[in-house]
Amino acid sequence: MVGIALWRFVLLRDVVAFRRMWWLFISGFVEPVFYLFSIGIGLGTLVRDVTTDSGMVVTYAAFVAPAMLAASAMNGSIADTTYNFFAKLKFAKTYDTMLATPARPWDIAVGEILWSLIRGGVYSAIFFVVALAMGFVTSWWAVLAIPACVLIGAAFAGVGMWATTFMTSWKDFEFVTLAIQPMFLFSATFFPLSVYPESLQWLVKLMPLYHGVEIQRGLLLGDVSLGLLWSVLYLVALCALGLWGASRRISTLLLT
Amino acid sequence: MSVQTRASADTSRLTAGARDPLGRAERIEVLIAYHWVLFKRSFRGAMVSRFLLPVLFLASMGLGVGSLVDSSSGGVDGIPYLLYVVPGLVMVTAMNVGVGESTYPVMGFLKWNEFYRAIINTPHRVWDLLLAHWIMIAFNLVISAGAFTVVAALFGGVRSWWALLGIPIAVLTGMAFSTPLFILAAKSSVDSIYAALYRLVVTPLMLFSGAFFPVEQLPGWMQPIAWATPLWHGIELGRAAFLGGPVPGLWLVHVIVLIAYIGVGALFAGRAIQDKLVV
Repeated sequence: MVGIALWRFVLLRDVVAFRRMWWLFISGFVEPVFYLFSIGIGLGTLVRDVTTDSGMVVTYAAFVAPAMLAASAMNGSIADTTYNFFAKLKFAKTYDTMLATPARPWDIAVGEILWSLIRGGVYSAIFFVVALAMGFVTSWWAVLAIPACVLIGAAFAGVGMWATTFMTSWKDFEFVTLAIQPMFLFSATFFPLSVYPESLQWLVKLMPLYHGVEIQRGLLLGDVSLGLLWSVLYLVALCALGLWGASRRISTLLLT
Repeated sequence: MSVQTRASADTSRLTAGARDPLGRAERIEVLIAYHWVLFKRSFRGAMVSRFLLPVLFLASMGLGVGSLVDSSSGGVDGIPYLLYVVPGLVMVTAMNVGVGESTYPVMGFLKWNEFYRAIINTPHRVWDLLLAHWIMIAFNLVISAGAFTVVAALFGGVRSWWALLGIPIAVLTGMAFSTPLFILAAKSSVDSIYAALYRLVVTPLMLFSGAFFPVEQLPGWMQPIAWATPLWHGIELGRAAFLGGPVPGLWLVHVIVLIAYIGVGALFAGRAIQDKLVV
């Protein structure tokens, strides 16, 4: 009767569960917005103009705003696919219950990732409106910014969930912080790639968030080139890899 | 060997019959010993958030953004940005440690594993367990601020020996966040309050208390808010110490505000936890 696409019930469960914590859901967008304000009125006065890696000269706030948008997409989806996923996997035993129904590991992975994308997407959309109101969006390419956020979110959600299946205790989440925080600080978010020594630039280019930032910066500043497709491809591959890995690991953990 | 010396020091407790009650110092010492065990076990994991993340922030803000600031406006009031931002980051780290140690762990001791309740069923009093816990938090602050200062010095972000005075200032700053948060742990029933605390208090304070840019750049209505927060006072004092002067005209006010936060926080925290555990 229910048959296919059972992930929609996994998704529905999250929606129902969060109805009672709506303020926690909504308040999640404030952090990047605070950063944007702080940079606009604070560092923006200290750093007047920045030259992007493709040679555009923009104000500092306009330089950082796209990076914050990418970071908010990352944070939104990571929260649900790491901490909350772990709690449900190990403590609430939510997935054991689900697997006793016709739902399969794949449904769990897809459902949870979709939920995290909805959450991350809402944060990105609010942030985007704030950036628009503050005048940091200067190009029609920006209509693609929200879909790009969803892509960034999907890449991090997939990999984040996969990584979480290997964790044994809350202490292991130090590793999540250890991966996310440096990425947030060093993915050409606050300063362009040209500031780094040549020998470190390749390392920055390996970071998934760097590609997210590149895409958003291109879209919001209207500085789009074909090279951005490589960044898109990188994120799509990461998402597919994460989904595959996570659903495999859920099978090993819960079905054997 | 160490067991032997310990036993010989405590022989009065090994003989049968009535014993002297433990003195306050002994009661606190025992509790600190417990916290010390916890500290040793979690030290390696805590290294990441205590030590590595501030260093990454230092590299990103001090060196990366610093190079943009210095080339664009020659630093803040003529001070190179790295030197400007280091004291700010030390105090922000102190706030983070103070808040981190006084939120989930305290609620854990109060509600989840009920360590506090177990303790007051022994000769320990509420004030013993609070003092012991606060001493341990202050110790954590010394470690974090000290380590950060050393690393900042390696990066060239410290130019005066007065920076060592930044460590006690960091302890005051961190404790000014710590003691009031014990009240929150006693009064609130859910831990999601802490998610709100981080989002709506800790992050804005970090961004708008003068750590990364002078509060004078804030809109007029926001400045009084910055003046009311312990972080701003800590940063003002810390910056003067790290730069080797000049001593801020209001230094005494800054110190008094920080101590007032700690004292008033401690007083009400003691009452709140007493109410929670004893009544």
